[in-house]
Amino acid sequence: MSREPPHGFLGHVKRPSSPGVTAAARQGMSVAVATGLYGISFGALAVVAGLSVAQTAALSLLLFSGGSQFALIGVVAAGGSPVAAVATSTLLGARNMLYGAVVAPLLSVQGWRRAAAAQLTIDESTAVAVGQRTPEAVRAGFWTAGIGVFVLWNVFTLVGALAGDALGDPRAWGLDAAAGAAFLALVWPRLAARRAQAVAGLAVVVTLALVPVTPAGIPVLAAAAVAIVVGLVAPSAAATGKVGR
Amino acid sequence: MTATVLWVTVLLASLASFGLKLAGHLIPEHWLATERVQRTSTLVTVALLVSLVVVQAFADGQAIVVDARVPALGVAAVALALRAPFVVVVVLAAAAAAALRALGWG
Repeated sequence: MSREPPHGFLGHVKRPSSPGVTAAARQGMSVAVATGLYGISFGALAVVAGLSVAQTAALSLLLFSGGSQFALIGVVAAGGSPVAAVATSTLLGARNMLYGAVVAPLLSVQGWRRAAAAQLTIDESTAVAVGQRTPEAVRAGFWTAGIGVFVLWNVFTLVGALAGDALGDPRAWGLDAAAGAAFLALVWPRLAARRAQAVAGLAVVVTLALVPVTPAGIPVLAAAAVAIVVGLVAPSAAATGKVGR
Repeated sequence: MTATVLWVTVLLASLASFGLKLAGHLIPEHWLATERVQRTSTLVTVALLVSLVVVQAFADGQAIVVDARVPALGVAAVALALRAPFVVVVVLAAAAAAALRALGWG
C-alpha cells in the first residue's frame, strides 16, 4: 500500500490544485480503489505462503499495513522463524508511527475515534491528508482514504485468498515471482534519493551474502540493521548538499 | 510453522503494528520530527523491501538460484519504469514466470 509515500511528509508533498473537501474525498476514494485492488495479490500470495484464508483475512483486518503484511508472508514463505516474521513486519510498520505523529494534530480526535484513526494511519491516508490545505479537507481526505482503503483492501484480500486457495501449484502460475515483483513495486517510488539508492545497493549485497549462511529471515533483518546504522551515522542532508533524505 | 504458531505470529505482528500506530498518535510530534529519525525510518523501509525483493527472486531455501523468477523481476522493473499500476506489475511478472515455465525453463 505504498506507491506514493509522503516522503519527508512535512511539506514536501505536492499540493492538489483544488483544496476543497469534495476534492479531498474524491482523491481519497481514487486512492482507495487503486490500493484496495491489489489486496487481491496479497490475499493470493498469503495463501500460497501457507496461511489459511482466515489468517490472511485477519492480517488485513488487524495488521492493516500493506508492506508489513507482504513482509510477514514473505518471511513465512521463505521458511523464516516466527520471531523473524514479526520483527520484519514490525520494522516495516515503524514508519506508521511517524505518520501518526504528523496526522494526529491535524485530526484532533479523542477516545475511540483516536484508536480508529491510529488503525487507519498508513501510507495512503497520510499522503492524502497532508496534501490538503484546510483542516476540513485534511480530515475528509484522511477518513475517506483510510476507511476506503480499509474496506476495499479487506474485501479484495478475501477475494485473492479464496482464488489463491483454488489455484493449485503456485509455481505454474508464476505466483512465486509475483511476490518479488510486489516488493519491487513497493520500494520503487522510494528509490529517488541517492542515499536510498546506496542503501538499496548495500541491502542487495548483505542479503546475497547472508542467504547461504544464515537462517531464513535473518538476511532481511541484517539489511535493516545496516540501514539503521547508515541513517544514524550519515551526515545530515543539509550539511552535505542534496544527497537525499 | 504450525497453524497455532502462524496464528500467534499473525496476532503478535498485528498487535505490534497497532501499538506503533497508536504510539504515533499519542506522543508529541516534535519527538519524531528530527531529521535523523525520519531519514533512518525511510532508509530502513528501503532496505527491508529491497532485501525482500532479493530473497523472493533469488533464494531457494539457503541456495542462491537463477530461475524464472529473475526474468520475471526484470519484466516487473520495466513495467514500473513505464509507470504501470501495482496490479499490472504483479500480474505481468507472474505471467512472465508462468510462460517461461510452460516453455520448460526455470
